Amino acid sequence: MASPAATSLSGAGAREPLDLYGRPPWRRRAADRAGWAACLLALALMGAPLVSVLWGVVGRALPGWRWDVLWQPATSQGGGLGSEILGTLVIVAGVVVVAGTVGIGSGIFLSEYASGMAGSVLRAGSEVLAGIPSIVLGYVGYLALVIGLHWQFSLGAALLTLSVLTAPYIAKSTEAALRQVPTSYREGADALGMAPLHAMRRITLKAALPGVVTGLLIAVAIAIGETAPLLYTAGFTDNLPSLRWAHNPVGYLTYAVWTFYNQPSNVFQDLSFDAALVLVVMVLVLIAVSRAVVARAGRHAERN
Amino acid sequence: MPKAQRIPMARQPSAVATAKGQVQPGPKWAGRAVATAARNLARSGWLLRGATGAAALVPVVALAGILAVLAERAWPAIVYNGLGFFTHVAWDPGSSYGNPVRTGGALHQAGATFGALPLILGTLGSSAIAIVVAVPVSVGAALVVVEKLPPRMANVLGLFLEVLAGIPSVVFGLWGALSFGPLIARDLAPLVARHVPDLPVLNFFRGSTGNGEGLLTAGLVLAVMVVPIVASTTRDLLRQVPALPKEGARALGLSDWEVSRLVSLPWARSGIIGASLLGLARALGETMAVAMVSGAFLGANPSNIYLPFTTIAATIVSQLDSAFTDGTGFYVRALAEAALVLAVITLVANVAARLLVRKAGGVALPVGRGI
Repeated sequence: MASPAATSLSGAGAREPLDLYGRPPWRRRAADRAGWAACLLALALMGAPLVSVLWGVVGRALPGWRWDVLWQPATSQGGGLGSEILGTLVIVAGVVVVAGTVGIGSGIFLSEYASGMAGSVLRAGSEVLAGIPSIVLGYVGYLALVIGLHWQFSLGAALLTLSVLTAPYIAKSTEAALRQVPTSYREGADALGMAPLHAMRRITLKAALPGVVTGLLIAVAIAIGETAPLLYTAGFTDNLPSLRWAHNPVGYLTYAVWTFYNQPSNVFQDLSFDAALVLVVMVLVLIAVSRAVVARAGRHAERN
Repeated sequence: MPKAQRIPMARQPSAVATAKGQVQPGPKWAGRAVATAARNLARSGWLLRGATGAAALVPVVALAGILAVLAERAWPAIVYNGLGFFTHVAWDPGSSYGNPVRTGGALHQAGATFGALPLILGTLGSSAIAIVVAVPVSVGAALVVVEKLPPRMANVLGLFLEVLAGIPSVVFGLWGALSFGPLIARDLAPLVARHVPDLPVLNFFRGSTGNGEGLLTAGLVLAVMVVPIVASTTRDLLRQVPALPKEGARALGLSDWEVSRLVSLPWARSGIIGASLLGLARALGETMAVAMVSGAFLGANPSNIYLPFTTIAATIVSQLDSAFTDGTGFYVRALAEAALVLAVITLVANVAARLLVRKAGGVALPVGRGI
């Protein structure tokens, strides 16, 4: 029994000892190598699609890129994406206002007041709402707002549907950021006799601002990128957005991708890829901004 | 500095004075009492608490409202379709040229049949492919990044996952329809279909390989979209594995790989399962990307994994236009029933994910799509 160990001790070139399970060491080394190789392969497999997506969009859109795509309105012969870009910006602005109000308010309540059973019910409800498929939200928006309230395809229906979808992200981000604010800040504000609303605005929320802004940026990214909730609430139009709450459809970028990509005409396919490129650039800019916000907050925290 | 000035102090006679001026008819003390009460109300935090509480109720009310609206709209369809909705394969909105028929109080086109079995199976099947592919890839990638690569690389991976999570689903659809799908039809599908052994069990993987629009393509595109949720959660979990058990294992002579496999992964297991369920919910509900690569094949199950199919979400998007043209409105109700089924399926996956992780304790799952 002890002979393998003895021989391995006896000098160079001898066999190495078996491990506790009686396996030769080369098998363990092989398993190590194979394991890490598989993991590296997984990393490569994860990276390939992203590179391929970005390359596919940029490589198709850039060669024929015209800057006037950004402001020319769409026509039956092609034209540009001006009204879609403006429509997306209007929708995003509305979502920031509506979902921002609800989401930040909700986050404050969840962090400062909600405890025990009520808190976990509210929190679970909000998180589960974010998991409801966006097409289901869009369909309900269609049934309840477009048909039910006779708003027809409109900015209002689109805004409310998207806000329901995005508010939970803002709430979660706000709540997490507020929980990071030290209790001593709140106690200090109390001790100075500040009114709660005032203390929240000037002290607590101010300290949590980077988290709140990150949540808003996530909501903006979703509002820019979603299609399913808008298809049957915003409708679509080539005209510039009218800013009316009801009865006027709005054009938006993702619709251009979705509706032009399988048209026979190359002009429209090009527009589809142009719209995709604009969307990707918007998302990249948002990610850069949110990273900058977080980095800035980190520097401030270190200095304090 | 105006800062100190802005803090409202308890003694501020001006407020009382104005209130006294405003409240004309009553005696003096009444005006003062109203002003004091208003000020006390503001100072008690009731305002902040009430307003934010109302905001916090909005998501819960919205969730209940969504399910209620769907159920109310779908009810006649639920009654008419019965259990056949889950077992029938045929999907036929009926003839719009004949006279509408009334069955059990619901007006619908003659010969309307709504069998959602292919939709439900397509939803579950494409999501299953997505999870089977995405989870091992995500866990493996997170493992090598956390345990082996330098922290700078881990940072790059974070950026990478953010971009992947942020890319709109129509862009994935565009990529799937015009570059990835054709690639699969040209290279991957024929290769696999030719080499799968000729066994009856594996018939689903053999045969005609189609044009790239189908179950396999949709599943793989969904896998790409699920990866950010699972990978980012797994990375966060692996970073939180306590150092002591890992060092102990290493002191016992285990290698890096064995420590990862026997200590880190088991520690993170329930969180990874939770994140996978969350990714599953995301895949089940994904609409645009699937609608663009599925081939939108209604009315039958695909005969193999490469052929066109459809999901509940993709059907709602592709069929709502025709549903508008149904004068009886019954098609819209049938789609509402499909949407209700989808909502319930994703709800179950979401709640299961959160319960599982709550039981494991301590780890927060990301909201929705994990960004």
